[in-house]
Amino acid sequence: MEKETITCACGHVNPYGTKLCEKCGRPLTEEEKNTKVVDMRYDGKAIRSKTYNRSVVDKVWNFFSSVKVGIALIIITLLAASVGTFLPQEFYVNVGTLGDKAAYYENTYGTIGKIYYALGLSDLYSSWWFQILVGMLGISIIVASIDRGIPLHKSLTNQRVKRHESFMKRQRIVAEGEVANSEQTLAAIEKEMKALKYNVRRDGDALLAEKNRFSRYGPYINHVGLIVFLVGVSLRVVPGMYVDESMLIREGETIEVMGMPGYFLENDKFILEMHENDEDGPSGEQVRQGVNVVAKNFQTNAKLYKQPEGALPGDTDNLELVKEYSIRVNHPLQHDGYSLYQMDYRLDELYTMTFDLVNKETEKSYGQLTVQLDNPAATYDLGNGSSVEILNYTPDFAGFKDGVPQTNLPVPDNPAFVFKMTTPDTPDGETSFVAIRNTLEPLGENQNMLKFVSATTRNSSGLTIHKDRTIPIIVVGGIIFMIGVAIGSYWNHRRVWVQATAEGKLLLAAHTNKNWFGIKKDLDIVINAAQLPAYVDQLDLNDSEEKQEGDEA
Amino acid sequence: MDKKKKRLITRTIILALLVVAIAYVVYSTATKDKTSVLQVGDQAPNFSLIDLEGNKHVLSDYEGQGVFLNFWGTWCKPCEKEMPYMNNQYAQYKDQGVEILAINIAQSDFEVQKFVDQYGLDFPVVIDKTKGVRNAYNIIGLPATILVSPEGKVTKIVTGELTEQQIGAMMESIKPQ
Repeated sequence: MEKETITCACGHVNPYGTKLCEKCGRPLTEEEKNTKVVDMRYDGKAIRSKTYNRSVVDKVWNFFSSVKVGIALIIITLLAASVGTFLPQEFYVNVGTLGDKAAYYENTYGTIGKIYYALGLSDLYSSWWFQILVGMLGISIIVASIDRGIPLHKSLTNQRVKRHESFMKRQRIVAEGEVANSEQTLAAIEKEMKALKYNVRRDGDALLAEKNRFSRYGPYINHVGLIVFLVGVSLRVVPGMYVDESMLIREGETIEVMGMPGYFLENDKFILEMHENDEDGPSGEQVRQGVNVVAKNFQTNAKLYKQPEGALPGDTDNLELVKEYSIRVNHPLQHDGYSLYQMDYRLDELYTMTFDLVNKETEKSYGQLTVQLDNPAATYDLGNGSSVEILNYTPDFAGFKDGVPQTNLPVPDNPAFVFKMTTPDTPDGETSFVAIRNTLEPLGENQNMLKFVSATTRNSSGLTIHKDRTIPIIVVGGIIFMIGVAIGSYWNHRRVWVQATAEGKLLLAAHTNKNWFGIKKDLDIVINAAQLPAYVDQLDLNDSEEKQEGDEA
Repeated sequence: MDKKKKRLITRTIILALLVVAIAYVVYSTATKDKTSVLQVGDQAPNFSLIDLEGNKHVLSDYEGQGVFLNFWGTWCKPCEKEMPYMNNQYAQYKDQGVEILAINIAQSDFEVQKFVDQYGLDFPVVIDKTKGVRNAYNIIGLPATILVSPEGKVTKIVTGELTEQQIGAMMESIKPQ
């Protein structure tokens, strides 16, 4: 059976687990009675979880309340997070399909990469177990703060001025001695303490001077900040809060912006500028980076359009121009919380091809045609009774299958055509297969041919689309956290108890949660002014005074 | 109320809330790619696209009919393979209130027209020039087939090649009663 209460000699009933009586401060446990200096952490209050341990809920609660468990969770999370930095995470790997990703890790990092990928470490931060780990850390922070913060708050707000002698004598700093007139001395102390900006309370022949109590709340405030931070990060999974997409857009194209429904982007031009070499070779930036060519500017001249209100996906009638902007590195196009960043590019994709229809023998030209590869026409009229018809077009020719040209991809990496050429001299038409460095005449010898004249290319720009509505929450969390740290670090809770004892002596005790040197300086002033006996540091840690600091709530 | 009971209830509520929050985050992350846009049971996102003849096709105009949406490209071999099957089944189901809309992903009119002519496709073929419809349906791999019930709900999502038998069964499933 667990005990429910402890009754102190003063008659006050304390909850089980209390170390120092809530009312008078007498030590209640054998352990406390035998120590020279009392444990003032949480002001001797019972940590709530230590009090009850009956139901499953209580057991779970107590598990998370434990500081040991909390520290273990922090260490495990740190170790796990660091494993995720061994190799690049998946979102930094620029490949398309899942199979490509697996292959990428194996090819780039060998067996280690294969194992890393197979274990799911390549997407560690999105894994269920990592999130549960961070979640458990969150629970630990909240539960431990409630368990310690609430009793501490109660104890600090219900402090009595008069404490039992045994409590005072067990403080680290104690002074005891005769004074001529205790009432006068108490009044002098009160005056001095007030001058030092202490709050002073009196209760008969007892006095309590206290300063910077709020600093005890520092750790709890920074825990609140951490929780706000965690909540902010978690909100990324809520639809509409966080967008991180990327897309490749060719010059001249207008396509819908990934992750930004209803918005369209037109790429007018992609510009890549290099630092130029001087006559005597590389200079400036080239020399500094040890290379011959250094990029100076990546730029996409873009137009952002929006569909009219209520328009359906796919409907591109009446697009409204929202913004015209030159997207450069670190100068994203920003609209409605979205930012479009310059990230990537592809140069020189074939765009148009120009051919000359000529007679093979005489080299007489019947005229030229230019095929726009992303929008070829069915027939090209060259005038004077000559024309060219495209019977088949494969943008990325990959051989024949059953006599039909096949294509690998929809992009014009290796365009091939089957042309039908008609001239006044060959009114029935001649068929020719034309690919790069390859011409076939499947239906017999032709009189005419299409001679390649020139080609133009265009560039593609790679953009990423970013939106993060959680940033303000994360910033607020960070600010709260820092305020908590500052409060807990730069201010100390100092208390001085003084009372006249029954034997006509004056007893003084002092406590601070940090910086004993600081409170001793205050005491020196007070003792000097009030003609008190000198104090004793019961731990007498003159040269190792930092030892005890930093871990009290 | 009894202090102990109150304590138990408070603790249970706090722990339950925290567990629910964590479960939500883990679940959302795990299913992010699949659910963020489209799921069986959702209302099929409406769209408006133009076919090769210049006619506008709006999905909601087909309410009351089952719609077989097929996303494809001329370069995609499985798409090429299933197109004739779709054409065969279309001949059978068109009069029973099932429509096919074949949505090409941003290719040129020329290539799409050649393909349609080659296979003699009878159903409307529209081109998603700006890839907006592809994004709205979160299509990643081709071919992808989405079945839309006469009420406009998504009843099936299939990525990959289909047999003629499967196509027939799928059309049967969205036939209006």
